[in-house]
Amino acid sequence: MNRLKVGDHLILIAGVLFMVTPVVLAFLTSTHDNIEIFRTGLQFDFGNEFVSTYERVLTKAGGFTKEVNGFVMLKNSLILGIGFAVGKIVISMLAAYAIVYFRFPLATLCFWVIFCTLLLPLEVRILPSYEIVQKLGLVNTYTGLIVPLIASATGTFYFRQFFKSVPDELLEAARIDGAGPWKFFIDILVPLSKTMIAAIFIIMFVYGWNQYLWPTLITTDEGFFTLVRGIKQILQVWIGAQIPAYNDAMALAILAMLPPVIVVIVFQSWFIKGLVESDK
Amino acid sequence: MKKVQFDSRLTPYILLLPQLAIVAIFFLWPAAEAVRSSFYLEDPFGFGSTFVGLDNFKDVFADSNYGRVVRFTGVFTFCVTFFSLAIALVLAVKADKVIHGSSAYKTLLMWVYAVAPPVAGLIGIFLFDQHVGPIVKMFKALGWDMRIGVNYNDTGFAMVVVAVWKQIPVNFIFLLSGLQGISKSVQEAAAIDCPSGFRRFWTVTFPLLAPTGFFLLIINITYALFDTFGVIDVLLKTQPGDDPITLVYKVYQDGFRGNDLGGSSAQSVILMVVVFVLTVIQFRLIERRVHYN
Repeated sequence: MNRLKVGDHLILIAGVLFMVTPVVLAFLTSTHDNIEIFRTGLQFDFGNEFVSTYERVLTKAGGFTKEVNGFVMLKNSLILGIGFAVGKIVISMLAAYAIVYFRFPLATLCFWVIFCTLLLPLEVRILPSYEIVQKLGLVNTYTGLIVPLIASATGTFYFRQFFKSVPDELLEAARIDGAGPWKFFIDILVPLSKTMIAAIFIIMFVYGWNQYLWPTLITTDEGFFTLVRGIKQILQVWIGAQIPAYNDAMALAILAMLPPVIVVIVFQSWFIKGLVESDK
Repeated sequence: MKKVQFDSRLTPYILLLPQLAIVAIFFLWPAAEAVRSSFYLEDPFGFGSTFVGLDNFKDVFADSNYGRVVRFTGVFTFCVTFFSLAIALVLAVKADKVIHGSSAYKTLLMWVYAVAPPVAGLIGIFLFDQHVGPIVKMFKALGWDMRIGVNYNDTGFAMVVVAVWKQIPVNFIFLLSGLQGISKSVQEAAAIDCPSGFRRFWTVTFPLLAPTGFFLLIINITYALFDTFGVIDVLLKTQPGDDPITLVYKVYQDGFRGNDLGGSSAQSVILMVVVFVLTVIQFRLIERRVHYN
């Protein structure tokens, strides 16, 4: 029995090492001098370039226009992540509320129109989506960056499932007390959904923050680059370089993953609950 | 639906308006546009377009390069799905068993969920780098001279490794919660009847996990087809002409780099059919899970 347990732990530790080592190596290497990395390979200890590397990546203007730096990209990533999550939650809660709590003639049609968006991911209709956003003059705007991503109905689906599980008696009681639809929504349903909202916020924030293809197309102006979007740019500069800026690139990778990773770890139980219970 | 509902006339439409507007403008319109332009040959300089019927589709299927991309996508999807599910299953079974440190293991095994695919790709580039990459050095010692970004198979291998690494956490989370959902009484009864832990797993635990497994299968296929775009885009170094790419990457490449709008749209429509089939299967599985529970 005891030997079995040791075996279990060994397998789990191997799994943990497989997941953690690449990122730890990236972080340790980012704290070293570029030429040293080039000469001796990835680094396995903490170097003394930590402050200077991260300061350079965050504040030194780069790119073609010399306007974008780490802080600007960080700000844009936050706008995308939070804007996407908040927008999606507000819009999908309202829609799910209408679908679950109202009787109206076109209900079934509206339901199917919204849920058919689950059928086609953005990647499949990427070219026409881009053309339409371009026609509307939304290229290089936060609206063009965020709103088309909200089109998929995943959030509405989550909230629909959740509202359906709310006991009917609540609505009956509220109606007896004379509460109208808005009052019921704001005073009863929203407070009831707090945990659900938190869970979906985390999932959506991570999803929005990690978007890559759409920001790559929509933001050509470097002032709108997100951290994840900036990676391609780094690589393009990199290919031409004699000694690639390994440390800067890895520092950028660490910065790009830090906020969503922290959010997921800190709010772990909400996040797992939201992910598993909502079934995507 | 609810037994008790509001009856107001206008309110539901006001509530639905924002969602419906966004769906109409950013979903229905582009989707219709993709279908429409798959039947047209568009002038690359923007001087109108001609109706060509199914020619775009015929061209796509006649293109030998497309066959190559289909093959790679198939192999890639299979490898990513299989390995990420298998590794996650082993880890979830073990994490479900241990008592000491189980929450630490859980956290350490799931946080990679939050890493963006292109960021994972960027780290992959370092690990597989020609000069500094430890993985390349390791395989060199074993006699395999890896050339990521140059050699077709080596690049494909690196893509699979990065994509699997990135996908293990999702599978782990779902499988672990599936395992924890199996009732203790079933497990205890099984433990009395069958002393061999290995056999008990395959005859009792594994079938009970099957609904979660099927569900994850679809999730993983969708991931390998669409969400790996960032991994692929970052790991490709040179001319993507003869590099391993997936179907979604080819839609992007032909549409935005090659300016072949009709061909790209035709490929989009083919993918739409694939996703449609997958989603229908997924919905049916979800319904069945709800029945079981």
